[in-house]
Amino acid sequence: LSAGATAPPVAVDLRTDLAGIELEHPVLNGSGTFDAIAALRVFGDELRERFPFSAFVSKTITVAPRGGNPPPRLWETPAGLINSIGLPNKGLAGFLDDDLPVLATLPVPLVVSVAGFSRDEFGTLVDAVAERPEVTALELNVSCPNVKSGCVIGSEVGEMAALMRQVRPLTSKPLIVKLTPNVAEVAPVARTAQEEGADALSLINTLRATAVDPASGRPWLGAGSGGLSGPAVRAVALAQTAAVAAATTVPLVGMGGIQTGRDALDLVTLGASCVAVGTESFRDPAAATRVRAELADELQRESRHSLRAAIAASGRLPAPA
Amino acid sequence: MTAPFGRRLCPVAGSESIGPYVMLAVEDSARFARPEPGQFYMLTAARGWGGDGGRPHLGRAFSVCRVRDGRLEFLLEAIGPGTERLAELDADEGIWVVGPLGIGFTPPDSSRAVLVGGGIGIAPLVIWAETLSGPQVSLLGFRNGSYAAAAALLPGDVRVATDDGTGAGVHHGPVTELLAQELTPTDTVYACGPPAMLEAVRGICVERGVEAQLALEAGMACGFGACFGCVVQTRTGWRRLCVDGPIVRAAELAEDWH
Repeated sequence: LSAGATAPPVAVDLRTDLAGIELEHPVLNGSGTFDAIAALRVFGDELRERFPFSAFVSKTITVAPRGGNPPPRLWETPAGLINSIGLPNKGLAGFLDDDLPVLATLPVPLVVSVAGFSRDEFGTLVDAVAERPEVTALELNVSCPNVKSGCVIGSEVGEMAALMRQVRPLTSKPLIVKLTPNVAEVAPVARTAQEEGADALSLINTLRATAVDPASGRPWLGAGSGGLSGPAVRAVALAQTAAVAAATTVPLVGMGGIQTGRDALDLVTLGASCVAVGTESFRDPAAATRVRAELADELQRESRHSLRAAIAASGRLPAPA
Repeated sequence: MTAPFGRRLCPVAGSESIGPYVMLAVEDSARFARPEPGQFYMLTAARGWGGDGGRPHLGRAFSVCRVRDGRLEFLLEAIGPGTERLAELDADEGIWVVGPLGIGFTPPDSSRAVLVGGGIGIAPLVIWAETLSGPQVSLLGFRNGSYAAAAALLPGDVRVATDDGTGAGVHHGPVTELLAQELTPTDTVYACGPPAMLEAVRGICVERGVEAQLALEAGMACGFGACFGCVVQTRTGWRRLCVDGPIVRAAELAEDWH
């Protein structure tokens, strides 16, 4: 019996970059799957010393504060989880005043996830967040399936183009578009986001899902439906990552049910420059550290001396010199 | 006390049946991380977690019931795929542990502590009763006399109620009837149990202006504030039970919290 995950061996160079952001290794957190501020309260300074992610992606913020959806908010499925959280957050002003100063103390670059219920709201968020020096990049959440009025922009090419035309001129900082998987074809929206200036794409978000209360026969979740994550969606994540990799050239952050280094390498093999751990962090707050170590082991086993070599082998990066 | 970061693999020290319940003892590999009464842990069996049906997938949250010789003890009732797997663990099998988590009970500033427990909800009251130094009384409710065997876990002055009246010397009826008789204005109440019981406790204590701390439960995916799943409605909005609970003062709960 041993203690928890340890740091990876140094033999393999895990460095990567995401839209010009140099990262020590490729493992990020999925937005909304790790509250670093709460985790600092729970785990103390050990979290800072052993921070599991190479960049931290904030929980999505909106212009106005939101309480979130009524409970129940969770339902466990075979090898997965349906959540219906509803983007609870302090709103833009609360985030900038209360949360940003704390997130700025994390030992890694900060990516702030934003969601608007209109293009103007996205503009307000991008404008206010991007001008803060603590923020390295922004992720545009156009895909959360939980909020009734959202979910439109990321599923339509025209909406996506119009959003990017509105927000792209507002900042020179990297804009990462988090794609929604709840579409018939993911490639057209991905291609449009790139054409209109997205610096990177991340995928997949949760798949729309519902659970039935066995006692009442009615929907279990307070909001009626939610989004499925965990190993149950991994195969979908692989397919969508492959489709987007074939349709675009910008860096990809691949995620969806990653539990092991092998899972992470599968996404890299299909073209992802970075990967994100989400639901697995719920099972083990330090899961991303283990995934990183296992990824290094997998690369070594394949006789690759660097992650960049593996990314290049996917055909989406020039081979390293 | 902050928790060690990440989950840790610990050996099961053993388990013991207490009526229909199981007391699972875990040899904590991080013995320095002593829990406070009312705190909880996320537990995952190292093997056989997610069998044929693909569940359980996530860890399960349990209040610490006792600490004996550095071993953490958890009171379980096998009612679903997670608790069934945990209840069948044998000595020396592995268990993943995250914790201690959450905010525990606050000691009373009044003269007497009244502990009110319902069923498996007696778990955090055991370690609390063992920790309290002043006067205390425990009022415990169970379905029947078989479950009421667990009342022996509580030290000191213990009174028992059962729903069906079975069991030696018990009160026939809800445990909150005992509370209504017993409660005095200077008491501090600590309660854990099913939502209906806690709502009755809240009603009695708010009406009489008595301080009450309720140990609440909600479906929880992570236990450390990440998933935002385990919320309860308070007078100031939704509160995460994992990081801003599981102990919540009765006066802070919204009227329609349950």
